Amino acid sequence: MTAAAQAMAKREPADVAGAKAREDELTLAPPVDIFEDAHGIAVQAELPGVSKDRLNVQADRNSLLIEGDVAIDMPSGMEAVYADVQATRYRRSFVLSGELETERIEASLKDGLLTVRIPKRAEFRPRKIEVRVA
Amino acid sequence: MFGTLFSSLDTNLFDEFRRLESEMDQVFGRSSVPAGIRAVRRGTFPPINVGSTPDRVDVYLFAAGLDPKSLELSIQQNLLSVSGQRKVEVNPAADYYRRERYDGEFRRVITLPDDVDPDRVDAKYRDGVLHITVPRREAAKPRQITVN
Repeated sequence: MTAAAQAMAKREPADVAGAKAREDELTLAPPVDIFEDAHGIAVQAELPGVSKDRLNVQADRNSLLIEGDVAIDMPSGMEAVYADVQATRYRRSFVLSGELETERIEASLKDGLLTVRIPKRAEFRPRKIEVRVA
Repeated sequence: MFGTLFSSLDTNLFDEFRRLESEMDQVFGRSSVPAGIRAVRRGTFPPINVGSTPDRVDVYLFAAGLDPKSLELSIQQNLLSVSGQRKVEVNPAADYYRRERYDGEFRRVITLPDDVDPDRVDAKYRDGVLHITVPRREAAKPRQITVN
């Protein structure tokens, strides 16, 4: 049995069904920029059409989930003539590492651009080491 | 109702629609349907959806974090062009792991149906979506004909 198959077998059946349903739902993976500086890591994700109340950012000790639903003004009875965007839900998740302080995560949304900042624990921030001339 | 703008592609009013077929041709090595002359490669920034009703045509550009002042819209007969600049701020003190966001100038040209009224275009930018509405001419709207 492969590792993946073993992991599947260990899970509760309901869990597997839930995961399958989520996979089947058509979602868009928003483009992201991810960068790190001395203070922490920042994720910038593009979620055009998502307002603050339709955005869901979740973090636990080892993962970050970004989810949002698109809501735009549409006249009734509209027919699609051309569509680059073929889903109304964005979803993307990342695995975090232990030095990040997920309790102090900050998120802001402006014009469809989401910025999530995750600070590093103080002991992991780089310290400048002075080199003395002997 | 909501889903329709994002799913079906059941009319071919717009020549850009044909680029889907042209992609299929690339994949399958055939070229049965010629691509629209203004069609662009899939994934070009910004993604566009176009919807139509008997009264008007709605164009949506999905472009987050745009400065509306950088946008330039023009319409000539039924040819709508949108250009602008999307500046992605780069933090010089940081290490980048992913840079997927589009940075720079963009321009898209959309062929609208022939019956649109170019004098009454409206555009607004909200939550990162530029929504352009172009009404159709009165004469073009379907009219009820009474049979005596």
